[in-house]
Amino acid sequence: MILNQKYETLRKLYRQFAETEFTKEIMDELMDTGEYNWDMHKKMAKYGFFGVKTPKAYGGAGGDYIDYVLMVEEFARVSPVLSLYANTPNSLGSGPILYGGTEEQKKRFITPVAQGKEMMVFALTEPGAGSDAGGTTTTAILDGDEYVVNGRKCFISGAPMADWCLTFVKTDPSQKGSRGISLLVVDMHLPGVSVGAHENKMGIMGYPTSDVVFEDVRVPKDCLIGKVDKGFPLAMQTLDGGRLGVSAQSLGLAQGAFEEAVKYSKERKQFGRRIADFQAISFMLAEMATKIEAARQLVYHAAELKNINSPDASKVCSMAKLFASEMCNEVAARAVQIHGGYGYIREYKVENFYRDARIMTIYEGTSEVQKMVIASHVLK
Amino acid sequence: MKIFVTVKQVPDTSGKVAVKDDGTLDRASMQTITNPDDLNAVEAALDLKDKYGYKVIAFCMGPGPAMQMLRELLAMGVDEAVLVSGREFGGSDTYATSQIIAAAIDTYGVEDDDIILAGRQAIDGDTAQVGPQIAEKLGLPQITYAGEITKDGKTITVKRILEDGYMMISVDTPCMVTCIKELNTPRYMSVSGVLEAFEKDIAIFDYEKLKDHPLIDATTIGLKGSPTNIYKSFTPPQKGVGMMLKGDGKDTTNELADILAKKHII
Repeated sequence: MILNQKYETLRKLYRQFAETEFTKEIMDELMDTGEYNWDMHKKMAKYGFFGVKTPKAYGGAGGDYIDYVLMVEEFARVSPVLSLYANTPNSLGSGPILYGGTEEQKKRFITPVAQGKEMMVFALTEPGAGSDAGGTTTTAILDGDEYVVNGRKCFISGAPMADWCLTFVKTDPSQKGSRGISLLVVDMHLPGVSVGAHENKMGIMGYPTSDVVFEDVRVPKDCLIGKVDKGFPLAMQTLDGGRLGVSAQSLGLAQGAFEEAVKYSKERKQFGRRIADFQAISFMLAEMATKIEAARQLVYHAAELKNINSPDASKVCSMAKLFASEMCNEVAARAVQIHGGYGYIREYKVENFYRDARIMTIYEGTSEVQKMVIASHVLK
Repeated sequence: MKIFVTVKQVPDTSGKVAVKDDGTLDRASMQTITNPDDLNAVEAALDLKDKYGYKVIAFCMGPGPAMQMLRELLAMGVDEAVLVSGREFGGSDTYATSQIIAAAIDTYGVEDDDIILAGRQAIDGDTAQVGPQIAEKLGLPQITYAGEITKDGKTITVKRILEDGYMMISVDTPCMVTCIKELNTPRYMSVSGVLEAFEKDIAIFDYEKLKDHPLIDATTIGLKGSPTNIYKSFTPPQKGVGMMLKGDGKDTTNELADILAKKHII
């Protein structure tokens, strides 16, 4: 795909911002403290990164899926974790309401998220319901004008900073599997809501993740998104788009790791010449570049299919996520290999890329889940 | 209440500078960027727009590809863009260029409370002549090397930064100010800015549009009408970095004396 001038201009903006603002000091701080950087949040909000593809009516820029994947790609090329800052409000942190909310709910919940004034997180996973998201056991029982919510969600990215939690709850326990699940937007400041300790993660440091616990939380009825018992399709629809985001994040990460490897292989001398001059290294780089380019075309193609609302979009988004996330792990591993011992040291960017890459084949649907999705399409 | 900002698309001289046999720059073989000082002028205009509600119009003289640069300025928040472009204008030196841009700005219409902002100089020619010449041709007062701009009613006050100090100068609008990099840090484009920039029309002022303006004389524009002949193009040598010693105590003077002594100046 050849990008038009509008897309190239956006890429220039994203790249300029990432290369200027995502400084080594900030990235070191994220890694050392694991804390969310609110200054970066405010800067990103100012330039409209939180609402790239959110419609203008709800405070966004009204862009398309390519406008969005280019941002995630360019940000992840410099810092995978900071790409997540901008990705979430465009994706999991607004999607279900965009797909299933009323006009009033969209204005009320999405606008502040797109403008960076409030944060919303997506809570589907539970200790006993990971890939099998239909196994949700968090319950919500209607009592007058309120739902009473009880249960625990885990691995919720951004939960410690969130104002709102998109919570998938079982409203009809008599229905099996993914049926009888509804979606509630829960105010994180309500009595009975608490967040667990920050998870100590392998990578993506600087974007805290934790459990969210609900104990007799009384949620007003008007916080139900879509129809009662019909919340699960909203989760799946959102995850389709979310997978596209992770595929773009994987692509950017691979590109960043690859560029570091190229730079290093031209500088590093062994046996009297630069290591790039050895076929063992140059062929590795050639293969990395080829796989990155293949992933890029797949990711952009998936974004185009989302733009036209193609029936193939879901399948191709899963393909893009599967291919790009696996590819970025391979590329990051090879980038470390090319760096030799230095690649194992924190001072070098590839060490961070390598650790951040690991989650890409896991979150928003593991590679195995993507294969299930793809297989279900091809065996239809 | 308008601010006209003049901008130029220039070769990126931070990379390799290519010079043709005739001594002029080989622009086709170099990447183009918005002239850095001009971006400071754009930022100053947008800052004044944010504070006082000016309408900001960017003027650029150049070939068709300069349109892309103008879109980037629209994406930063500039309201309108005008590309002054025509075969007749090609090869103009600063004398001819300022005449054409002045005619273009005048055609758009300069009102009492308007300001023209320009970058101090373009990095390709380093002349710093076009801004001041535009002011002369429009009969407007000018202040060069602005490091700070404030506004109070009709009066614009500028801190004019010179190598050995600064001047505070006030002037009434309409006026022309040239900006230096110390003035500000240019903002980024914004996402919605980019999306909207590609929906906007960019006006083109060509020879037909400007030919009847009193400043346009067919014999003094374009390559033929330009009095300048280029003898040689070269990259000026880097100037040394300045050093600032802070404090008014004896330690600072001792430090200064020490540095000067080491350099055998005293």
